[in-house]
Amino acid sequence: MTTNEESRHVLTMLVDNQPGVLSRVAGLFSGRGFNIDSLCVAETMDPKVSRITLVTRANGLLIEQIEKQLRKLINVIKVRRMTPDKAVQREMALVCVHAKAEQRAEVLRIADIFRCKVVDAGLEHFILEVTGDEDKIRAMLNLLRPIGIQKIARTGTVALFREPK
Amino acid sequence: MYQDAVMTENRTRTGAQILMDVLKEHGVDTIFGFPGGAVIDIYDELSRTDIRHVLVRHEQAAVHAADGYARASGQVGVCLVTSGPGATNTVTGIASAYMDSIPIVVITGQVPTHLIGNDAFQEVDIVGITRPCTKHNYLVKRVEDLARILREAFYIAKSGRPGPVLVDIPKDVVKARTTFQPGEQVRLKSYNPTYHPNAWQLEKVVHLIREAQRPLIFAGGGVILSKAASELTQLARNLRIPVTTSLMGMGAFPGSDPLALGMIGMHGTYTANMATSHCDLLLAVGVRFDDRVTGKTDAFASQAKIVHIDIDPTSIRKNVLVTVPLVGDCRITLSHLNRLMASEVPPDLCERRKDWFEQIEFWRQKGALRYEQHDVIKPQYVIETLYRLTQGKAIITTEVGQNQMWAAQYYKFDEPDHFLTSGGLGCMGYGLPAAIGAQMARPDCLVVDVAGDGSIQMNSQEFATAVQYGLPVKVVILNNRYLGMVRQWQELFYDKRYACTDMSHAPDFVKLAEAYGADGFRATRPDEVESVLEAGLKSKRVAIMDFWVDREECVYPMVPAGAPITEMLLV
Repeated sequence: MTTNEESRHVLTMLVDNQPGVLSRVAGLFSGRGFNIDSLCVAETMDPKVSRITLVTRANGLLIEQIEKQLRKLINVIKVRRMTPDKAVQREMALVCVHAKAEQRAEVLRIADIFRCKVVDAGLEHFILEVTGDEDKIRAMLNLLRPIGIQKIARTGTVALFREPK
Repeated sequence: MYQDAVMTENRTRTGAQILMDVLKEHGVDTIFGFPGGAVIDIYDELSRTDIRHVLVRHEQAAVHAADGYARASGQVGVCLVTSGPGATNTVTGIASAYMDSIPIVVITGQVPTHLIGNDAFQEVDIVGITRPCTKHNYLVKRVEDLARILREAFYIAKSGRPGPVLVDIPKDVVKARTTFQPGEQVRLKSYNPTYHPNAWQLEKVVHLIREAQRPLIFAGGGVILSKAASELTQLARNLRIPVTTSLMGMGAFPGSDPLALGMIGMHGTYTANMATSHCDLLLAVGVRFDDRVTGKTDAFASQAKIVHIDIDPTSIRKNVLVTVPLVGDCRITLSHLNRLMASEVPPDLCERRKDWFEQIEFWRQKGALRYEQHDVIKPQYVIETLYRLTQGKAIITTEVGQNQMWAAQYYKFDEPDHFLTSGGLGCMGYGLPAAIGAQMARPDCLVVDVAGDGSIQMNSQEFATAVQYGLPVKVVILNNRYLGMVRQWQELFYDKRYACTDMSHAPDFVKLAEAYGADGFRATRPDEVESVLEAGLKSKRVAIMDFWVDREECVYPMVPAGAPITEMLLV
């Protein structure tokens, strides 16, 4: 089989909102040695249905196989592969930054550039809330890292296809 | 008030009763199982029905027996076991049925719902354990869901690409009562197998068949599962296309037909493997291109355009790239092809195939299966004699290893559902319980388990089951006092270092037969083979035939693992 380049794929799926369903999806990846970069699960407007958004890295044949394997799961209703041009992708991160007096202004400036919210502030720290696509969050983290990121919590990517204009 | 309570009582059914109701709805008349604390109420209810229960001696055997029953009857096999160890013992059987796509429903007892997660006595998370080796599984938390779940279980097990479904029922759910609506339909919005192939893709296949100079059909277990053997045979004979089968596809096309090339793959025939490598069109039907079939995938059918017909989209482009994928039921797809090709049979068909068949005949002469019978019994001779004496009509189950390969090579299967083997998982200990299941399904058929001395010992406790139920299964033990296939690898690839494969300390199988109340026979010389087989096959009881075969006989041809399938060790 020809192997081509690995790349990042965002899969979104509608699944039955039942115990064990996430484990079936996750087990499909772990059982075949595929890695999950991020995973996000929550109820949709229909409480019987959840949406899972999952990011993984795979080559073309592998992602095709992953998609088909997901569709084969009885509790998976629908699977779609999100392409950046056709889908809106967002992630939220909470970033706790340690900032002494001389750096507090710098942190707030960065927060402003990336349109973050300050959701918690103390004498020596801020917690920033940032929303955006992966690139934006990566860019912000790169700027904050030298100042001192103490903790970070990320939601993983969520995505929706754009509606036709 | 009292009257009302009685009325309600009458209209409701317990979980155990609902289970029986749904089993009967699905025409289940035989189940295989082993009782225990968590299923005692189910067994109590079962004893009041006319469903036959076969009490196995180990839960693994219950699943293999249900598997054998399913294959021999074409129905869903059912087994029933208790929680904890009863449930964990089913895992190997379930995994084997999963790999071979066999429709079975496994019902496990579970501790009462309020104890789940408490490390209760005989509690295991069997739904968690079997998640990767079932087509689907369920934990029933409310008796109100039980009937729906059981119906879904049967529907999922037998539809699409079949497979095992496990239903875990806690003890309190079994005892709880609810109203029961007979005959409700299954509705599953997220599960809808594709049975009908795409018409455009079909047209492409017709075109490829029309153009092909050296076509070859490669038939697998999917042909048997979808009951497409006659459609496949029609296609092959009308268009004069030779056929090779996978291990699971034995009987999908008559093995004694001149178009049959035998099995493909690691221990396939020289003809089949050479034809696969030289064909210009490979029609792969109901196969999944297992590594034991393809060998080195880059070199597999490298001159061919490949058409792949399978009901499971994940089988397609998983191991081998194909020219035309056709997702659909094998029987429906093949009957479409037969219809579309009916007007396409060229008058000069024989002429067009002449070179191809001459080539095949050359390979057939050059690489015929062969062995030489001298003063020690050759295992191949035992199977050939068995084939001759049974006129190819027996249902053959196998264990796993050399016995399985010799059975596949030397017994020619003219009908589907006559060769029952653990193909995908390769599970030693499958053959005897599967034979028990097959004999339950087909009481009038001769059922023979071709075994090795190693693998028969993995489930030999089931002789008691066979004897108890008067199931006259025959067991042919090719006794080389080795774990023969591993020994063969050690001989060929590990400088004859026979690490832990010597099985000289085996029971006396004739005495073992007697101990179980079966008939035991032994042949130690070639001239005894035929008379022992005759006596054993004629016996009305369970018969164990112990053949002391050449200890170091190897299965040939053989393709070393990972090599192209044309690189065969012939003898």
